[in-house]
Amino acid sequence: MSAHENAREGYDFAHPLPLPLLAGTFVVLTMLTILTVAQASFEFGSIDVLIVMVIATVKAILVGAIFMHLAWDKPFNIICFIGSFVFVGLFIMFTLFDSRATVKDDIPILDDGIVTASAEK
Amino acid sequence: MATTDAGLASDAHDKPGHGHSDHGHGDHDHDHPSYLAHHFDTPEQQFDSGKLGMWLFLVTEVLFFSGMFCAYAIFRSWRPEVFEGCSQFLNTKLGAINTGVLLFSSFTMAWGVRCAQKEQHKLLTVMLATTLSCATVFLGVKAIEYSHKWHLGLLPAGLFSYDPANLHPEGGPNYLAWICAPFIAITIGVAIWLVVSFLRGAKFQFECAKPLFVVCLFFFVGVGLGTILESGADKEHSSHDTVAVSDAHGSEPGEGHAAVEGHDSHADAVASTDAEPATDHSTDLALIERLASDSTNTGLKADLEARKMQSELASGGIVYDVVDDTSATVAHAEDNVLRPSRAGVFFSIYYCMTGIHAIHILAGIGVMVWLLVRSVRKDFNHNYFGPVDYVGLYWHIVDMIWIYLFPLMYLIR
Repeated sequence: MSAHENAREGYDFAHPLPLPLLAGTFVVLTMLTILTVAQASFEFGSIDVLIVMVIATVKAILVGAIFMHLAWDKPFNIICFIGSFVFVGLFIMFTLFDSRATVKDDIPILDDGIVTASAEK
Repeated sequence: MATTDAGLASDAHDKPGHGHSDHGHGDHDHDHPSYLAHHFDTPEQQFDSGKLGMWLFLVTEVLFFSGMFCAYAIFRSWRPEVFEGCSQFLNTKLGAINTGVLLFSSFTMAWGVRCAQKEQHKLLTVMLATTLSCATVFLGVKAIEYSHKWHLGLLPAGLFSYDPANLHPEGGPNYLAWICAPFIAITIGVAIWLVVSFLRGAKFQFECAKPLFVVCLFFFVGVGLGTILESGADKEHSSHDTVAVSDAHGSEPGEGHAAVEGHDSHADAVASTDAEPATDHSTDLALIERLASDSTNTGLKADLEARKMQSELASGGIVYDVVDDTSATVAHAEDNVLRPSRAGVFFSIYYCMTGIHAIHILAGIGVMVWLLVRSVRKDFNHNYFGPVDYVGLYWHIVDMIWIYLFPLMYLIR
């Protein structure tokens, strides 16, 4: 692209991402996947879910920022997208609060066939 | 935003052969290139508008999936042991392979956007075909996963009929064949299209059909890959089982899961009540509980039941009369995990989430085929790559959802 073309406003706005950056992101994402699978074979107790979610979130941020160009995108698009996750957080949090509060109102299960092998004994 | 040629553009709606951007940008007067819709002033404005629309759509997608993640969170918080137990039925290797495949397809998609921006038409077609191939490999592996589970009776609540004593029930349909049937039909159709377009010398159609045929074939690569990994896993399972069977009184060889999980969950149940700080005599309770875990010790069980209820009442909880017929039977001792109504719910959530995700993959395949045809037609240039970019965004969000789904479903310990 010659220089005079860039003078035209509203044209030539594309900013192709360098290939090494894309490839590097892919490599990091693959590493993180291996890490997630590897950590599953260790016992971390109750923080298990937390670790998994942190790794997944790091991966999601990488995908969002680089593959989806969010790092170079318009702030409004970023706000929309991040905003959706904020509302998802609120939604799940409050539903969980509610479910915790009412978990004792469990209606017992009656007469339900059980398929464990040892039931035959 | 550029408003330099507002007004000028509207009446200069020319669509001559030089619609490409590489003609002189100097002449402001008449140029409204063919790729620029008449209601936009500049390509950038067109791109930004489309992109905003796409982001808003993606927001609705995130919210849509959040409903299912919420269901997951609630059911998991209610019965963590069921999720732990049932997750063992999901093949981690297949899930991990699929994650890798999707990540790679995300990479090729992002590369494709770069190609569109740089007007590398050939490479763009290759990238789109690679992304599509990854998508079909993903579906091929999924076909193996689903058919294997359906065969075992690991079905959603209501249909769940898994029986560790009878792992290979006779008379079920060949699920894999049914899943593959539409893909076989499509592959044959594309092959015919390929041959016909070649014979008739329809160059453009041939150029489109070529990569699409490869894409179709990759579905069967996925099926093959899934079969290999699944059979490997089966061997592993059975070797585990020989160990498991010894203490899993009399389950058929082949799958000791049920018994193993029964024990696990029981141990967990004991552990969790150990941790409950609610009452002063909690250690006492734990001891009795351990004794009561012997299913024949019905007297102690009843005693334990009563004590628990008492402490529940003391702490102000609402208590229903949970003493039913099953509580005093052998069946109740092993309990949990594989009750159809509980395991079934796990599989309902599993099929719902992964199934809707797979439908999104199918939709992605649909739009990417459209992109592929357009890229063969060399429609995209450095001022007009919006469609590639938008589909890319959609594809990345599908990937992102899988990034969360994979550990939440397959990697529960």
